[in-house]
Amino acid sequence: MMSRHWSAWLQATPLACVLGVFLLLPMVVLVVVSFYDYDSVQVIPAFVLTNYQEALGSAVTWRIYVNTLRYTLIVWAITVTLGFGVAYVLAFEIRSRTAQTMLFLVCTVPFLTSNIIRMISWIPFLGREGLLNTALQRAGMIDAPLEFLLFSDFAVILAYVHLYTLFMITPIFNAMMRIDRGLIEAAIDGGARFRQVISQVILPLCKPGIAIGSIFVVTMVMGDFITVRFMSGGQSASVGLMISNQISLLQYPAACANAVILLAVVLMMIAAITRIIDIRKEL
Amino acid sequence: MRGSRLPLRRWALLAFLGLFILFLYGPTITILVLSFQGPDGGLTFPMNGVSMVWFERLFEKQAVGDFAGSLTRSFSLAILVTLATVLIAVTAGFAFRRRFPGSDLLFTLTVASLVIPSILVSLGIGLLFNQAGLDPTWYGSAFGAQLTWTLPFGLLIMFAVFNRFNPAWEEAANDLGASPWQRVRHVVLPIVTPSVIGIALFGFTLSYDEFARTLLTAGSDNTLPLEIFGMTTNVTTPVLYALGTVTTLFSFLLIGLTLLVLRVMVGRRA
Repeated sequence: MMSRHWSAWLQATPLACVLGVFLLLPMVVLVVVSFYDYDSVQVIPAFVLTNYQEALGSAVTWRIYVNTLRYTLIVWAITVTLGFGVAYVLAFEIRSRTAQTMLFLVCTVPFLTSNIIRMISWIPFLGREGLLNTALQRAGMIDAPLEFLLFSDFAVILAYVHLYTLFMITPIFNAMMRIDRGLIEAAIDGGARFRQVISQVILPLCKPGIAIGSIFVVTMVMGDFITVRFMSGGQSASVGLMISNQISLLQYPAACANAVILLAVVLMMIAAITRIIDIRKEL
Repeated sequence: MRGSRLPLRRWALLAFLGLFILFLYGPTITILVLSFQGPDGGLTFPMNGVSMVWFERLFEKQAVGDFAGSLTRSFSLAILVTLATVLIAVTAGFAFRRRFPGSDLLFTLTVASLVIPSILVSLGIGLLFNQAGLDPTWYGSAFGAQLTWTLPFGLLIMFAVFNRFNPAWEEAANDLGASPWQRVRHVVLPIVTPSVIGIALFGFTLSYDEFARTLLTAGSDNTLPLEIFGMTTNVTTPVLYALGTVTTLFSFLLIGLTLLVLRVMVGRRA
């Protein structure tokens, strides 16, 4: 038996080494540096709690957390609805197997293209002289271009939905494909209406998929800084953006304290999701 | 739903899917069109003539940024990351076929690698190199940072293969007198090869487009996504769109080729 374990350990060693050096160790460094002191020119090794006191004692931090949580909640609600809908159509309404595979790829392939380019590509749509404003003005629905389209909370949420819905589609689609079609036939034969089939049969069986998608979306929105910075034009804040601003000011200990707090919050949110829904059978 | 009695509902649902796909690709198609903007054209419609001038500008020496250099770096880095991801994820996939002491811990760590916000990984690695007195480089710290993003996907793909893998095939080979190496070489590897190609595609494209984890770890030389992000604040011409078109087409070409190879492989087996 021992020799069996040896070969498994040997095979797992490269992965363990990479994650040890590039994930575990950096997280330890984050925690250590979060207790360091700093002034305007340098970081001073020490053990002080001031970084945490400043972070947690500041009203700005709390406002930014509330704003980030608001983004997360709104984006989660939209992506879970859209993701469930798209996955449902793909899994149950597309009858040809080839078409199903093709459309699933079409819905998920943008994951493998550049997020930044996908954000940039909203400019000609949402700008003051963008497609949407021009169309609305031509149609006589508005007199002056709508200012809130680009560089606003609306743009931030739109970009999040655009970028992250496919993280919902994939796990929910996988869960749906495992549902025994006989269950649905039985429900219909038993007199269930469309709505009831969705809410009583499909939805409960998709919960692990929804949980996995939710973990992806929640952690990505909670830690994001680039979408907020680009799409809000610097007018909104998020926890990630706050950390990134502190980094550019070289206030590393402050950034680390906020990073540790963010990590704790994100891990608690994941724990809450897995507490509500058991995802182990999906893995 | 099969046997749905309401064709109207079916059409509504299919229309919904169509609208979603339009939402997904509409913006990309818009910048694709706008990148052929005439020499006097701007960042939005209308088109002021049609030209290739912005693509030509892209390959000229830029006033800002270093397109050719960052492209070379991103390409080399993506190849390094692809090779490492395939090797490490496939070997680890074999390890996880059985439970071994520490397998739960390693699995948790792999999932953590996926869900820990990228900026924290980036900051942590940056500080680690700083504390160790090493200079961050794209082929060192950024390479490691990108692996924390590509390896979990690679391992999850390996899990998906081995979950559907029938151990009877290996047992049959064993009964017929195959050595352990022959078993791997002639039975297991041919079955996992399509997934290995999938892992390579993920490794390459995720590395090639990676931004957040590279930001604080690439050191003084930019990768392409970092360069593009820098351009968003400096460049106000359709050169930005030309760049977007080129990288997006490149990604789609790569994905298309990979799918084609996979189709041929699966087809040959059937």
